[in-house]
Amino acid sequence: MTGIVLVKDIRHVKIVAAAGMGLQLLLSVLLVYLYVSARHAGNTAEMLFVKDIIWFKSLNIHYTVGVDGISVAMIALTSLVVFAGIFASWEVDFLTKEFFISLILLASGVFGFFISLDLFTMFLFYELAVIPMYLLIGIWGSGPKEYSAMKLTLMLMGASSLILLGILGIYFNSAPGGGQLSFNILEISKVKIPMSAQYLFFPLTFVGFGVLGALFPFHTWSPDGHSSAPTAVSMLHAGVLMKLGGYGAFRVAIFLMPEAARELSWIFIILTTISIIYGAFGAIAQKDLKYINAYSSVSHCGLVLFAILMLNKTAMNGAIIQMISHGLMTALFFALIGMLYGRTHTRMINEMGGLMKVIPFLSVCYVIAGLASLGLPGFSGFVAEMTIFVGAFQHPDIFHRIMTIIAVTSIVITAVYILRVIAILLLGPTTNENYGHFPDAKWYEKVSAVTLISFVAFIGLAPFWLSSMIGSSLQPIINKILTFNPF
Amino acid sequence: MSLTNFLLMRHELLLTIAALSILMAEIFWDPGEKRSKNLFSVVLFIVITIIGFLPSPSGSLFGGMYEVSDTRLIMKNILNIGALLVLIQSVTWLNKEQNSEKISEYYVLLISTLIGMNFMISAGHFLMFYIGLELATIPLAALAAYERYSNKSAEAGIKLILISALSSGILLYGLSMIYGTTGTFYFNEIAKLFVNDNLQILGFIFFFAGMAFKISIVPFHLWTADVYEGAPVNITSYLSVISKGAAVFIFIIVLFTVFPVIISTWQKIIYVTAVLTMTVGNLFAIRQQNFKRFLAFSSISQAGYILLGFIGGNQLGMASVIYYILVYIFSNLAAFGVVAAISNAKGKESIDEYNGLYQTNPGLSLIMLLALFSLGGIPPLAGFFGKFFLFMAAAQKGFYLLVLIAVLNTIISLYYYLLVVKAMFLNRSDNTVEKFKCDFPTRLALGICVAGIVITGFASIIFEGMKKMSFGI
Repeated sequence: MTGIVLVKDIRHVKIVAAAGMGLQLLLSVLLVYLYVSARHAGNTAEMLFVKDIIWFKSLNIHYTVGVDGISVAMIALTSLVVFAGIFASWEVDFLTKEFFISLILLASGVFGFFISLDLFTMFLFYELAVIPMYLLIGIWGSGPKEYSAMKLTLMLMGASSLILLGILGIYFNSAPGGGQLSFNILEISKVKIPMSAQYLFFPLTFVGFGVLGALFPFHTWSPDGHSSAPTAVSMLHAGVLMKLGGYGAFRVAIFLMPEAARELSWIFIILTTISIIYGAFGAIAQKDLKYINAYSSVSHCGLVLFAILMLNKTAMNGAIIQMISHGLMTALFFALIGMLYGRTHTRMINEMGGLMKVIPFLSVCYVIAGLASLGLPGFSGFVAEMTIFVGAFQHPDIFHRIMTIIAVTSIVITAVYILRVIAILLLGPTTNENYGHFPDAKWYEKVSAVTLISFVAFIGLAPFWLSSMIGSSLQPIINKILTFNPF
Repeated sequence: MSLTNFLLMRHELLLTIAALSILMAEIFWDPGEKRSKNLFSVVLFIVITIIGFLPSPSGSLFGGMYEVSDTRLIMKNILNIGALLVLIQSVTWLNKEQNSEKISEYYVLLISTLIGMNFMISAGHFLMFYIGLELATIPLAALAAYERYSNKSAEAGIKLILISALSSGILLYGLSMIYGTTGTFYFNEIAKLFVNDNLQILGFIFFFAGMAFKISIVPFHLWTADVYEGAPVNITSYLSVISKGAAVFIFIIVLFTVFPVIISTWQKIIYVTAVLTMTVGNLFAIRQQNFKRFLAFSSISQAGYILLGFIGGNQLGMASVIYYILVYIFSNLAAFGVVAAISNAKGKESIDEYNGLYQTNPGLSLIMLLALFSLGGIPPLAGFFGKFFLFMAAAQKGFYLLVLIAVLNTIISLYYYLLVVKAMFLNRSDNTVEKFKCDFPTRLALGICVAGIVITGFASIIFEGMKKMSFGI
């Protein structure tokens, strides 16, 4: 649906790209509106706007798309970030046309992933989203870009190999009582996949998607990739692509194989807790702005996976809000870093200082992003983290509670690295004399930053909109978990 | 034998007529008339390819030695398409001064190998199979040595003929054992008389080794890189795509119809060789600098993936093998087409020399990008669908570990395909291939390949059609 609209938008000038994405953004808003009104009208189907085309009949592969509250939210997030990303990369002047084509290809992969209801289509879009990254980072990146691009692509494709195996495993076990095998997520969710198969394929799928969500031992692509990527790609990547991992882990691994998720979740809870803490400490140790944000993304995305594994409604609700809030915040961060870099030509924090006086608009935006990131009430980060930790603490057993307590400490660590950056970068004395004449934000930079900030604040101030939309869609998933595993 | 029966051999007859008429036409044309010779041969072949697609009844000839079925027809048609693409791609190269005096010979030799392959695919009897195999191989050696002014080409020819002779010997030895224990060469009778006897299994293993030489399965692959490097680019593409495809086709038919009894034996053999073939092919490809050697090793690893379709002995497996060969024809010929175009125009064949190609020849780089991504199995290109179905076929029978190894191998292959992409798009060089314009035949062939790469995946009807025609054990 929306994915197809996008593919047609491939044109070679920035204006068209921006217009296309603006249109896309409007369509997403329209989609949200239609979705909400359909729900209000009492439509209780699990998925709305389903479109189903039989593709490979003998294998029961369909092209099935449809949305529920979660995917609607993710689509809205994606179009926002892409929209902002186009403006943030206004200054790309080398092979401009190719840049925007790849960027839009990447975006269409992401859109397609979020609306797919068929595992085959979903996998196809996943790979479609990964491959343009290589060119985007390799051609337009900075620093050790060839190394980072190769590392990122190979690790993500390696992840996709696990996912592929998981998908095939699910497919061939999707009709344990005989009958038609299926790739359709909704159909599979109605059957119980045999336990032996679940034990094998749950870890495969979860790790596969976890790599994309920067799960602890497999997160190493993320800092390199983010730091080498051009601004818009970092935004899209940290903002949206990493959410593919969380969304996939949740939609495929947990939704289809809840029993194994219940049994094996403790391994992954430990891993995600390590991600959360490790990412936060990693961010403290870094000097490069992009590395700081990359590690903070590892930490925040770890939190998403952590919340998903809690397998209860509150935490999962928090996970989705966290995905969206982190998507917006990180995109904002990377956009601002790109803008700062465009002026100072360095990303090392100890080489900058006192920027608040010079470029107040950007600096204020940066402070807002930072505060949102460390979970200040009033911004989306607070809502998300609060919900996650409340949900996680609902588990009565010691293990979950200890892990939650450990994870909560990340908030403090986050505060350390965020405030440190703000102190040195923006408030400190002006160290470099050349900095005096920097122009403040240009119009396209303002568009980019203001769009993102307004949504961060909106979610923070009025989270009930989002959480009610997500909550109703979470219900079938929670029901499925509960039917098999009463607390 | 009535005429209708005789027309069952439509493909072979037409190709024979074509080969003979090209030879006859040679008498009447001046040696200098390159253009009309090329045009005549290619148009003739286009007509044959189209006629090949007309529906035809199934049946058998010569008392069951020659069989026609839908499966075999679709295989022949796929080979025809591939050969047509190779012929179109060859025109530029044939027009060069040093090759122009032997244009007709090229077409005749190439068509006669195709006749051999068609007979081989239609075989219902091991003698017919063997005759077809030899007819397919010997002219190929002549073709590999076609550039007689080049030492490397001559070396490739002699290597190919020696290796073929050796593998044929091994294959015949295996067949003799099978004959000795069953007393027949008919496929359907052997299948009934096969009893898992040790001598029979030994015979099968020799047969397997012989076929493995043709498909260049590790550890029988050593000739591949040298021959591919030495032979002219178009012959290399023919070897790596059509010749290999034909061998794969008959091999899967023989495995599924003649040796279903010992499926558990050949599953083990194929398991091991598939893992070896993929891994060795991929690991060696990483280090290659010459583009033809690079594609040689990449095609070895592709053969490894194809074996995944064999291993289940299921209908899905056969369908995905046929489908993958078609996809492979388009993708590999697109890659070889670009290599040939650059090699013909500028004489450059090393990957280093492709640095910065996108700056000067964006069209060719993009085609190469598509071809390599399709070979690497990146959606939404056809290669992705092909690989997915192959893996699915193996997973259907529970070979999950093998699928995992195969998928990890695709990651390795992606690495070296990306190295080429990096050379073309990322690297800068002072000595790039200058901008040049391809002539019409090259562009036509590349255009067909690109259309194939893009469409074959989405058009599910192609795969569904093959699925209907294929069979399992």
